[in-house]
Amino acid sequence: MRPRTALVIALLLALAVALWLFQGLGPGNTRFVLGLRAAKLAALALVAASVGMATVLFQTVAQNRILTPAIMGFDALYLLIQSLAVATLGTVGFAMLPAGAKFAAETLLMTAVAVALFGALLGRAAPDAIGRTILTGVVLGILFRSGATLVARMLDPNAHAVVQAASFADFGRPAAGTLGWAAAVALPAMALALALGPGFDLLALGRERAVPLGLPHRAMVLITLALVALLTAVSTALVGPVAFFGLIVAGLAHALAPGARHRVLLLTAAALAATLLIGGQWAFERLLGLRATLSVVIECAGGIFFLALLLKGRIR
Amino acid sequence: MTATGIEISGLRHAIRGTEILAPATLTIPAGRITALIGPNGAGKSTLSRLIARIEPPPAGTVAVNGLDVATTRTGRLARELAFLGQHTTLASRLRVRELVAFGRWPHCHGRPGPEDHAAVARALDDFDLAPLAGRFLDTLSGGQAQRAHLAMAVAQQTPWLILDEPLNNLDLAHARALMAHLARLRDGGGSILVVLHDLNFAAAWADNVVAMKAGRVIAEGPPAAVLTEDRLSALYDTEIRVGSHGGRPLVLHHL
Repeated sequence: MRPRTALVIALLLALAVALWLFQGLGPGNTRFVLGLRAAKLAALALVAASVGMATVLFQTVAQNRILTPAIMGFDALYLLIQSLAVATLGTVGFAMLPAGAKFAAETLLMTAVAVALFGALLGRAAPDAIGRTILTGVVLGILFRSGATLVARMLDPNAHAVVQAASFADFGRPAAGTLGWAAAVALPAMALALALGPGFDLLALGRERAVPLGLPHRAMVLITLALVALLTAVSTALVGPVAFFGLIVAGLAHALAPGARHRVLLLTAAALAATLLIGGQWAFERLLGLRATLSVVIECAGGIFFLALLLKGRIR
Repeated sequence: MTATGIEISGLRHAIRGTEILAPATLTIPAGRITALIGPNGAGKSTLSRLIARIEPPPAGTVAVNGLDVATTRTGRLARELAFLGQHTTLASRLRVRELVAFGRWPHCHGRPGPEDHAAVARALDDFDLAPLAGRFLDTLSGGQAQRAHLAMAVAQQTPWLILDEPLNNLDLAHARALMAHLARLRDGGGSILVVLHDLNFAAAWADNVVAMKAGRVIAEGPPAAVLTEDRLSALYDTEIRVGSHGGRPLVLHHL
């Protein structure tokens, strides 16, 4: 990536953050408003970086540029776990759960399931492993989503409303109670991803090239999937599922930094995601006065981007 | 570490009950070019991939210069043997120089020193890649990409080099240059196992030929002993005549 591109991204990110924090700040109660805005900013930044990094990592381990954790059903798995929790514990029991313990348990469960399901698929040497993974992932995604819907249907309307609230992306009200816990999971995961950066460069070459170069391929695949599951759990817990956002961000990162090392790619994707999310949410909240929803626009733009990738034949 | 060769004992492989490789016991000598020949489906690629630990750990053992490939750390093995398989499509977008530089990974783990840069530059020169070094791999022809991959394997500078059909896509000048390069590596003390389809490359350059058919090793020895009319005709189930040129067999398989 050229230094100028990096500088432009950094400036745009700084601009988005500055606008978010200081635009329209009245004379009174500055501290209170700033505190409120900073908390939301932290949540948005955390979600953005999680989605961006998770998508880059998943595309590397799956050797494919159009797959995202969302398409493979990672977030649907999270929702299924949520629905099952509401169904078994009841609305009150669900609401009574301590936010931290609930988040930790859900994240752990989701990571275990994701590693077990996708690890078996992606750790093998079979040349058709990628094709099989895509198909299996899409089918699993449908299964998780239908499972979540089925459970939701069997709930009473009140319980259903609780599940429903968790099932749609809402950047406006990030779940405040889980922010600290989410950060405690996401930040170490991101640090580990950056530390393992050169290993991902090798992983991206595919098993047949990475193994002779001395990469413990299977272990690396499992670590990557665990990181993807953790980061997806964080973003889904905070704002709900975002289907195509990661695809836009990872696609842009690869386009702006062609052939870059994973450390650069991961940071670029995280910065781009934060810029888009913070800037976009600022525009929708303050300029458009909440007359439209950012998630809808992002999903729409992401969907078009996905189609463009398909039509350009970049499915590999 | 002494170069004791590749010792294979009781190695077998099956995919869903279909036997790909019958139990094989074989020693591939160090310091030689060994050519692995045989018809399609003979198990040549499988054998080379099992030695290079690409396939999951099989029944039986493989030891490369005394290192058991099932139990030795993969990072250690990467300094003992380099492998190039037949799948050369890449998901990531890389320049030729970056791909070749990955060959230095086992030595520098992503932090190349002057020695690594020199090895990469030499490998690029050896395979006529210097003018292409800045190009992205997806802009190259099949033969050029194959040369880039060969340069990566050679840049690894391991005692053993295992190549699965390295002549794929190469034009005749580069095919001959590759074999001459392998001979230079051997003269410098290297050991090479190469899967070849063109028998005359085996006849002209190999020190040792291993013939496989239907998952079994059926003959092994110097080219003059293995590349005979009787043996080749039986190996490929078709009549093959063998002449002679410069004291080595000349296989007239196209007549």
